[in-house]
Amino acid sequence: MTSTVASPLTDRTIPKSGGPLTGTGILVRFMLRRDRVRLPVWILAIVLFTMASVVALPDLYPTVEDRQARAVLMENPGTRAVSGPGYGLDDYTFGAMLSHEFLSWVVIFVALMSLLAVVRHTRNEEETGRAELVRSSLVGRHSTTTAALLVVVGANVVLGLLMALGLGSLGLESVGWGSSVLFGAATASVGLVFAGFGAVTAQVSESARGASGFAGAVFALAYLLRAAGDMTQVGGGLLSWLSPVGWAQQTRAYVDDRWWPLLLSAGLTVVLAAVAFWLSTRRDVGAGLMEARPGSPNASKTLSGRFGLAWRLHRSSVIWWSLSVFLFALGYGTLATEIERFVSELSVLQEAIAEIGGTVIDAWLSVIVLVFAVVAAVFAVLAALRARSEENSGRAEPVLSTAVSKPSWLSSHLAVALIGSAVLMSLTGLGLGISASQALGDSEMLWRVLGASLAHIPAIWLVAGIAVALFGLMPRATVLVWVVIAYVGVVGWLGALLRFPDWAINLSPLGHTPLLPAEDMVWTPLVVLTVAAAALILVGLAGFRRRDLQSTA
Amino acid sequence: MTDVIHIKDLEKRFGTVVALDGLDLSVTQGEVHGLLGPNGAGKTTTLRILLGLLRANSGTVEMLDGDPWADAVELHRRLAYVPGDVELWPNLTGGEAIDLLGRLRGGLNQTRRDELVERFDLDPTKKGRTYSKGNRQKVAIVAALASDAELLLLDEPTAGLDPLMEVVFQDVIQQMRREGRTVFLSSHILAQVEKLADRISIIRQGKVVQTGTLTEMRHLTRTTIDAHTATPVTGLETLKGIHDLDASDGRVRFAVDGEHLDAAVKHLGQYGLRALTSHPPTLEELMLRHYGDEVASGGER
Repeated sequence: MTSTVASPLTDRTIPKSGGPLTGTGILVRFMLRRDRVRLPVWILAIVLFTMASVVALPDLYPTVEDRQARAVLMENPGTRAVSGPGYGLDDYTFGAMLSHEFLSWVVIFVALMSLLAVVRHTRNEEETGRAELVRSSLVGRHSTTTAALLVVVGANVVLGLLMALGLGSLGLESVGWGSSVLFGAATASVGLVFAGFGAVTAQVSESARGASGFAGAVFALAYLLRAAGDMTQVGGGLLSWLSPVGWAQQTRAYVDDRWWPLLLSAGLTVVLAAVAFWLSTRRDVGAGLMEARPGSPNASKTLSGRFGLAWRLHRSSVIWWSLSVFLFALGYGTLATEIERFVSELSVLQEAIAEIGGTVIDAWLSVIVLVFAVVAAVFAVLAALRARSEENSGRAEPVLSTAVSKPSWLSSHLAVALIGSAVLMSLTGLGLGISASQALGDSEMLWRVLGASLAHIPAIWLVAGIAVALFGLMPRATVLVWVVIAYVGVVGWLGALLRFPDWAINLSPLGHTPLLPAEDMVWTPLVVLTVAAAALILVGLAGFRRRDLQSTA
Repeated sequence: MTDVIHIKDLEKRFGTVVALDGLDLSVTQGEVHGLLGPNGAGKTTTLRILLGLLRANSGTVEMLDGDPWADAVELHRRLAYVPGDVELWPNLTGGEAIDLLGRLRGGLNQTRRDELVERFDLDPTKKGRTYSKGNRQKVAIVAALASDAELLLLDEPTAGLDPLMEVVFQDVIQQMRREGRTVFLSSHILAQVEKLADRISIIRQGKVVQTGTLTEMRHLTRTTIDAHTATPVTGLETLKGIHDLDASDGRVRFAVDGEHLDAAVKHLGQYGLRALTSHPPTLEELMLRHYGDEVASGGER
């Protein structure tokens, strides 16, 4: 209202106190209402997964010698890169193990939860235009960002408290209450910092995808800084101290119990929030600070036909997945020599590996390849289900009104799923094989690991086939394929360790692939898996051909 | 003249909801045919069935001498479509989307594409996510009109366009008609159909309740007469087919059924006409006859 003549009406309807934070309380309740399932699921999943992992520790490392064998492994910079800076190694208690090795994994999910939530409530609302509706009512300039930050801070506080309660209540030797509270606080501190980064990137980028991606990249950088710093020396180097992830680890919960590194996280969070508020005053609602760059006025030669479109839609995801898989595989391979020494000192793993057969290195490699196979299956399902989101959003409709048939349109996305997952397994084999053969000085190993990786392709295709069959026959139930993925993941990662019965392992498509290089090659299951995958794909294509196109429009 | 689209007794159900309930419709080659109806009448469903995106439960549908469901791909080479709700890929520019859709159809007329981009004042370098609703619609319109398709299926094509752009759109459609193409467009915007369509079908609750040229339809309905006379008019109420009579100080206003117009005007003549205006029924009134409460008893044929 710019009118200087105050009419009785405006006096009544606009509260005198209306400042930049008006309506924050209502917005907080509104956001909590919208996230009433999502945030509790994230929080419970993170806490329960951590607790479940900790509970398994006494079984895995029953004796002091077992734990010290684990500690010796931390002398390798590569191991420190994927765990922690290395502390408490002289007396590697369960508590030390928990904070030193788990924190770096837990914070990945905490950071993701936080930055996604902030971006969802701020930039995504602006991008969809819903923010306009909200901002046109009695809501202050900074209320949305403030409310989103309050909700995420609250979520992290709850997460930290539940974590402390959960871990403390396990009553494990060396896992005390006080230290558990510190561990919970350290976990939450990373969430807070990346909520702050989310608030900043939401100001910068015009799209929610861009904002989450930007904040995610900052997290990846923070993680890599910490990894690099921890590799330089035991206890962490200078680079570790440049990373919020490093600060959380430097609390050294259950070992030294230092609270002061969290002051750094708190300070950075406050600075980031202030920057976000300041930036938000420098831009229009709906706009970003980064100008959207104009693109090409014409489609290039490659953007032609259904495969051209599918490639364009999946391109960046294929590239990022490939790069990450290759680098992780390369990294895992360097551990090969340490593994032999480590496993030989660990009774429980020996039994699990004896079950798979072959030498220790072979068994370990076969398990790692299986882990990557599950990752590739996730990619395949994501790519195949892109067809579903294209259909739902109404973007499939204009394409299918051209000279493209329904099955051929679906098969363009399917092709990305099938070829993409095969590429990922090839890169797994190459990355793991190159570094493992280097580490072991055994050039033969490259080909064996590559073969082991490629052997998983039929089973991955079968999972993609399940996704396509669901899409064709029961489109509303396509999410069920994630149940398959979850099952495959649990059986694949924990099956041998937890000694699942054979039928449970056989129920997983990946359970039929021979675990090369530890086991011998058998062709029959691969042929059967391929045929089954092809059958499911054909069923899915036929089902889609016969059913109505669904769109929300 | 042959029928480009011929639909007979078409039924489509979504679960228990009946979207189309015995729809009959035919579109003749070379005409601009308007499908007029309120939201939820079944316009989009009809178009999606014509595109083979939905499968009919019963009835026959023929388009360009083919079966839209079975021969979808072959037929799609000969038609172009503009959806009612245009969704674009967030990271493709408008220009890329136009070219892509054209290529998927089997090629587009480059000269006409550039000309249309110019005429619709569309910035083809912007990314899909940054377009407003109107601009997304322009992308779909340009993609469809830049083709050499003989049949255009347009679902509420100008719902998001501003009045200036609507004029451009009408121009282009007239040009298409001159080139001998067939246009089938749906709308709930009456003025637009009125300006463009040779024939109109009115759809309500999944049925076509009336088809014809605007003239034919007007014949069936009432004309509003507004007259000033030298002496007060009396006795009008005794005539047949007079409705909503309202008389005051030498001014009389009423509606009269088409077949009784002659008698009514002759009657007015006896009182010394000073001014006479008559309004043909607007499409609003045509629609009201089919959807208005007052007509519930007598509107449908």
